[in-house]
Formats: sequence, structure tokens, C-alpha cells
Amino acid sequence: MPDTLAAATCSQVVIEIGGLPIRLSVDDPAFIELLNRRYAGFVSNSSQPRFEFRIDLAPPGLIAKDQDVSVRWNSGKWYFDRGDFHAEWDPSAGRGKVRQTANPYSIDCVLRIVHTLLLAKEGGFLLHAASAVRSGRAFLFSGVSGAGKTTIASLAPPDVSLLTDEISYVVKDSGGYFAFGTPFAGELARVGENLRAPIADVFLLTQGNDNKIESLEEKTAACALLRNILFFAEDPGLVNAVFESACEFVKRVPVRRLTFRPDAKVWELIQ
Amino acid sequence: MMEKRYVARDTYVASRLMGGEMMVMSTRDSTLFTLNGVATAIWEAADGKTPLDEIVANRICKEYDVTPEVAMKDAEALVEQLAGHGILIVSDQAILPKAISRENSK
Repeated sequence: MPDTLAAATCSQVVIEIGGLPIRLSVDDPAFIELLNRRYAGFVSNSSQPRFEFRIDLAPPGLIAKDQDVSVRWNSGKWYFDRGDFHAEWDPSAGRGKVRQTANPYSIDCVLRIVHTLLLAKEGGFLLHAASAVRSGRAFLFSGVSGAGKTTIASLAPPDVSLLTDEISYVVKDSGGYFAFGTPFAGELARVGENLRAPIADVFLLTQGNDNKIESLEEKTAACALLRNILFFAEDPGLVNAVFESACEFVKRVPVRRLTFRPDAKVWELIQ
Repeated sequence: MMEKRYVARDTYVASRLMGGEMMVMSTRDSTLFTLNGVATAIWEAADGKTPLDEIVANRICKEYDVTPEVAMKDAEALVEQLAGHGILIVSDQAILPKAISRENSK
């Protein structure tokens, strides 16, 4: 029984983020179990994943750390490198491979890169932002590290569903812009809820002595958004696409500045 | 007599007019620039064929209260600055599209 033999030697899990199922397979059931826990809520039973990555686990310590991520396109394939992993991905074939040690951070980075590349072609992006759903509408809270993403997420009242406290997933479709939950967690170390909702507002976070919301000019909003969009590839065509996406986004979705005191009252403004 | 100078937008940039000012991003390194009104006027006219002094005369001196000498001096400094950032090409000859591509391949 070849299928049974394959199942015994190769474990797999399908991770579905932003409605995009990606199958990960590896000859190590313990690592798959780790991924099942890490991506709980985003594990899919889809039998037709859009892409598949084969993970080759390297012995601990074999791969050097502390190198910047590099994302290059060459002869029909993407090549992703960081000190802790090397990955190759052929989008047209739908397949890729990753060499890494048995840790969840390397594959997490690979998945982020894959999603940024796919979103860039479709008018969406990953944004350094916490996001949450209230009354069926999504609110994004963007800022650099220390701006208050985790703080505002941790202050959310019970009627709010948290999509992420770190990396927001923004998709453009014919109905407008939507935010999806992601497992890309920040300091809360809490996976977001696997929901989707139309984006009502993006707030650029500043901590201050009172709670207030201020409008921004479109160009100020676009500049701020571009600074917080997560993108890795040094590809002029895709960088241009991300630039256009940010400019389009600020024309359709209010991007405002939220100054807030770190207490729960700030959520009275988020309706 | 001063030589004519020509300016052309680099092909490795993305740009969009927002609120009367041009946002420009280098697609080589994702550096972002916001151009003021004068710089935006020069940027929009930088087709590689129109000499800089004509751009200054037709786009700057007509719209802003500035003498041609001062406007030209400021424009020279500005285009050098933008060229230094790699988003504008400056030449003493008209810049053809092929020349822009060659410049970019260096």
C-alpha cells in the first residue's frame, strides 16, 4: 500500500491564512505536531492546497543565525534566505522546499514571505498592525515596534475579536478591503481568530495623555502605510505594485491618527 | 553660454500625485520621497527632451514669484539632489528611453 507507506514516513499539515491553503510536509511527525499547535485555528482540512512546501529538517546548529532575510527571483523561482533557513519556491508549479532546523520561526517567516508576494500581485499586503473586529467591522492599529499595537490589543473589551496583535492581513477584492485573522503573533503570543471582516478604519498609533482621533492627508497616510507594510522582495515590479496598493488603499479606507492613553477607555472611540 | 541640461525620471521609480505633491518611491531600495510643489513641477516635466531652463521658464517662473536666475539655481541644486538619490537622470544631452535603460543597467 504505497499511500499508507507515504503517510507513515511523511507527515503533513495544511495551514490556511487569508483563505489560502498551503500544505507543509516533513518526515517528522513531532515537528508536524509542533506546527499543529503553533497554527491552531488556521489548520485546514483542505485536500486541494494552492501550494505545497516540503520541509527538510537540518540538525540543530547546522545553520548560522543573525543574517538578514533575502528574497530573490531567478529563472522562474523565488529564493528565500536567512541565517536559519533556505527556501526555494516555484509558484507556477505550486511547489517549494525549505531547509531549516526544527523550530517554528523559520517556517513562520517563509509563510509571511509567500503571503506578501501573493498579496502584492492582488492589491493587498501584510501590515505591521494589530487588528480586531467589532460589530462586524475590522479596525487596524498600525505602528512600529513600541507604538502600542500589543497594548491596544490587550485593552480590547470582550465584544471585540482579535485578528492579530502584530501582522495584519489585508486583502482587496471586488467588494473592497478585508482584514483576515493571522497566526502571526507579537508580544501577546496569542494566535488571532480566524475571521474576516471589511476594514472600517486604520489607525496610526501614538501614545499620549488623552484619547483622540485626527484626520490625515492622503499623502501622509500613504507614507505612513508604506513604512509599515511588510515586504521583503527586492523586485522593482512588486515594489511598484505595493506602492500602488498603498496609494489605492488610502483613497478608499480612512487612515487616521489615534493618540491614546493606555487604558480601556480608548475603545469607546473605536465603534 | 551655459550648456543645456536635460532631466528624466529614472525608470526604477513609482510615483503618484497626492494633494498637489508628488510621492516618489525608488523601486530599487523602497526609499520614499515627497516632493514639494516646485520639485513636483520639475518632476512632471522631466521627459528627457525638454531642457531644464525651459522647464524652469515655463513651469516655475510662471507659477511662482521668483526671478529666472534664482529659479534656475534652485532647480540645478534640486535635480542634482534627486539624481544623487538615484530617482532622476541628469545629462547635458537629450535623454532617450534607451539611455535611461542603459543608465539603469549600470
